Amino acid sequence: MSEMTPYADVADSPSTADSPSTADDPSTADDPSTVDHPGTAVPAIRLIGIAKRFVSRRGTVTAVERVDLVINEGEFFSLLGPSGCGKTTTLRMIGGFEEPTEGQILLYGRDVVGVPPNHRDVNMVFQSYALFPHMSVYDNVAFGLKRKSVPTAEIRQRVNEMLDLVQLDGKADRRPRELSGGQQQRVALARALVNRPRALLLDEPLAALDLKLRQAMQIELKRIQREVGITFVFVTHDQNEALTMSDRLIVMNAGKIEQLATPRDMYERPASRFVAGFIGTSNILTGTVKTMDGTTAILETGVNESLVVPEATGLIAGQQLDLTVRPEKIVLSAEPPGPGLCGLRGRVMEVVYLGTSTQYAVKTAEGADLLAFLQNASDSSDVAARGDDVYLTWRPEHSLCLGQTSGAQLDEEAVA
Amino acid sequence: MISRIWRTRLAPYALILPGWLWLVIFFVVPTLSMLSVSTMTGNDLDGFKQTFHLSTYSDAWSEYHTQIVRSLVYGLIATVLCLVIAYPVAYWIAFRGGRYKSSLLFLLLLPFFVSFVIRTQSWEFMLDDHGMVLGTLRTFHLVGVMKTLHLVSSSGTILQTSTAVIGGLVYNFLPFTVLPIYVALERVEPSLLEASSDLYANKFHAFRKVVFPLSLPGIFAAVLLTFVPVASDYVNAQILGGTKNTMIGTAIETEYFTNLNYPVAAALSFILMAVLLIGVFLYARILGTEDALEMAAA
Ligand SMILES: Nc1ncnc2c1ncn2[C@@H]1O[C@H](COP(=O)(O)OP(=O)(O)OP(=O)(O)O)[C@@H](O)[C@H]1O
Ligand SMILES: [Mg+2]
Repeated sequence: MSEMTPYADVADSPSTADSPSTADDPSTADDPSTVDHPGTAVPAIRLIGIAKRFVSRRGTVTAVERVDLVINEGEFFSLLGPSGCGKTTTLRMIGGFEEPTEGQILLYGRDVVGVPPNHRDVNMVFQSYALFPHMSVYDNVAFGLKRKSVPTAEIRQRVNEMLDLVQLDGKADRRPRELSGGQQQRVALARALVNRPRALLLDEPLAALDLKLRQAMQIELKRIQREVGITFVFVTHDQNEALTMSDRLIVMNAGKIEQLATPRDMYERPASRFVAGFIGTSNILTGTVKTMDGTTAILETGVNESLVVPEATGLIAGQQLDLTVRPEKIVLSAEPPGPGLCGLRGRVMEVVYLGTSTQYAVKTAEGADLLAFLQNASDSSDVAARGDDVYLTWRPEHSLCLGQTSGAQLDEEAVA
Repeated sequence: MISRIWRTRLAPYALILPGWLWLVIFFVVPTLSMLSVSTMTGNDLDGFKQTFHLSTYSDAWSEYHTQIVRSLVYGLIATVLCLVIAYPVAYWIAFRGGRYKSSLLFLLLLPFFVSFVIRTQSWEFMLDDHGMVLGTLRTFHLVGVMKTLHLVSSSGTILQTSTAVIGGLVYNFLPFTVLPIYVALERVEPSLLEASSDLYANKFHAFRKVVFPLSLPGIFAAVLLTFVPVASDYVNAQILGGTKNTMIGTAIETEYFTNLNYPVAAALSFILMAVLLIGVFLYARILGTEDALEMAAA
């Protein structure tokens, strides 16, 4: 398979995913002499101050606003966010189907703003697949190579290899409409990958598939990406998909980047209330800082002043802060929290059995609604029943500071 | 029980009954009665009698085969010209029309709210020896060129030439060509164009490899919808063509309304129908298959 991986050296190199700060170093980007040398420090894709405004008769829509981004070579990078946040627009600007209103797009250091898609070394997998209905699977996949005047024998070899890779060998003569959704999806993937682009852009490629097939294709996509070692830029609004597949991802909201992180960091250290709410199920609490102990905030709320929030930098006593605790970090117990644990009092409102875990909806004494997921151990009966008064406890490091409360949210979930 | 049989078995037939009645009353009965007229003998004064006189057909053929062949030739030329003109129009409306698409289609059809005959008549004025077409040609000194190309008569007129007839036919039947092509082009997903551009195709290749092949079914339908009415048209030949360029439609019309020779008119109608049916059948068999469309696309 190695002859199919033009940038295999990159795929095998240690992931740079954990160091977004080095990727952000501007000194690595602008040397054009390195353009043709994959594997050097030039990022595959670099967006500088990208903005996109659509002007129509009904007014101006800002789809993307001041996006700065560095995507490294060989990386599986996801754009995640709610509907309408500008993911597709961002991707289409990288592909050349939309021109940015402001900013620069660098592909391997070359500014490609104004360069049409057929002259960009990236390929796109469209959400609707956009397979050519009048061509066989083979001709669909061969389309790009024929346009690039690759010799026929080589075309045949590369197309067949690619059909093998996406497990569609034997389907070469079929029409797209004679294939299932998952197979069509793989044709779309093969048609883009066979050109050995420097980056592959995928716009919700799995959205049309049912859950089971989608999960199978997620694994499949990851395998293919590892094998070909090409940079994947993957758009999705499914957070599980983004978390399981990506090396790094961004969460977008209203045209802006909320956070760039690895999946683990995104989940465990959401930087904003929006990210915490968007990724996973989050309990968001608001409390008033009583005192600060270094960077740790001790809140007025909580049993025996036990509710502490580490890394609450920049806050002072009297300010309100938002914090979040993941439901699976919370333990329910009848006893008050032991020393060094955070704790709140509450009453169980709902118990939902979920198979491997049980979900408890608890209303705290202060009136906030929290969720807790508890694993169902082999011997356990339910920890608490509806109507029970319980303590919710967790370790302080699981209190994540989301920053100072901005005014509007105060009335919603005020703890104190 | 009975009501169930009624619902599952008979109801579908009952529902298409009006359609059947319509077909029988307005198509089958007239066709059969025409068929019977075509084998009658007699004359207008003494009346016609059924004598199963089949040689009317061979007589009609030997008298009018030039007109039949001419109709087919004019039909072919006019259809090709219609395609050449209609395709860019349909393409432009489908891909560049934006939110004005329906207005543009309406504009295309606007002249056709005026009677067919009046429209053709106004063409007569335009093509007249002192009309604007010849006037324009003279201004640009193109009459000589047109003469060498045999597009105008040796005396430099357009009326009474095949150019006039074919011009009128193209004008009158153009919408029949535009609309099916427009429908086919309109259905081409814009994302397919983006995909071909993504796969290194320039605009020409995207058209040649994607848009054009996908519009072939529209072209196929347009040819049928244009050729059949054009080949059987009689108004254009009559008004613009004079006596030297009559088409089969004109001949039928003359036999029926002027000579009052109903059997010959009926026989001619059936000959025309047979020729067109065979032509259409062959056309559909040869070009209407998926393979043929594919070959054209390759
Ligand atoms: N061609 C366009 N003209 C006008 N507005 C547009 C256009 N394309 C996108 N927009 C607007 O830009 C915003 C971002 O759209 P975009 O398609 O990028 O969202 P998205 O994140 O991909 O959403 P989804 O998950 O629903 O696909 C939306 O408000 C949308 O209405
Ligand atoms: Mg989208």
